[in-house]
Amino acid sequence: MRRVALGAAVIAALFAVGCGEQAQVTVYKQGKYQGKPDTQAWNNASPAAELRGSAWNKGDRGSWETAINQRALGQNEDIRIYKQ
Amino acid sequence: MARMKFLCDAERCIECNGCVTACKNENEVPWGVNRRRVVTINDGVVGAEKSISVACMHCSDAPCMAVCPVDCFYKTEDGVVLHDKDLCIGCGYCFYACPFGAPQFPQAGAFGLRGKMDKCTFCAGGPEADRTEAEFKKYGRNRLAEGKLPACAEMCSTKALLGGDGDVIADIYRERVLRRGKGSEVWGWGTAYGPGKAGAQPPAGGKS
Repeated sequence: MRRVALGAAVIAALFAVGCGEQAQVTVYKQGKYQGKPDTQAWNNASPAAELRGSAWNKGDRGSWETAINQRALGQNEDIRIYKQ
Repeated sequence: MARMKFLCDAERCIECNGCVTACKNENEVPWGVNRRRVVTINDGVVGAEKSISVACMHCSDAPCMAVCPVDCFYKTEDGVVLHDKDLCIGCGYCFYACPFGAPQFPQAGAFGLRGKMDKCTFCAGGPEADRTEAEFKKYGRNRLAEGKLPACAEMCSTKALLGGDGDVIADIYRERVLRRGKGSEVWGWGTAYGPGKAGAQPPAGGKS
């Protein structure tokens, strides 16, 4: 009886594992993504002057995203041409 | 949180291959490797010819990542799928897994020796230090670290190819679709796979 209960518990646990879901959020830990080293784009100094890129504050993800989204809006000619 | 995506507007793409050229030039991609290419259907049929520019789509649940035996892929916080060429063994599993044919393999030598995989990086470089010569030689230019978008999208003459945060480019595309007089019928199952009921007609005007 005890064996049956134990077996049932193991099978239930295996089924529960099958219902699991992998984490969808990417974690950046100790300079690595999933064990591979890389630098986050916003942790570089903004080269706006010499490379004519967007300007952001180093290490500030929000300002980098704002800058890159502003640049992305340049692909909308309705804004780029008519509303400027 | 930015989630980088490409979106190609088939109504605007004129098959000029400007995106392919821009990518080749910006990243100095070797001969025989095409990180991006233009696919045309109904070629030559007046009114039915459509082209789209295809490269790595930086999938949310990327099959290349799932099949890689050496786990050389990784996903950044911006949703860009990248890989470490130091780990890649050039086995080609990712090529078979990818529905877009994005992974490319440089070939050299008498026996068609397959090199390490090369693919679109969304102009985000790779594991080497950002904006260095080493990173450029292995993965191409890191334009995201320069505050720029991928060269293919920025160079697109008709702005058919849009690149950037998914929310931003989807807004641009939605605005275009509405301006063309289409509505929500251009999205979703019906447009992709046709009408489900016998005798039902697809949305007027075809896809947009």
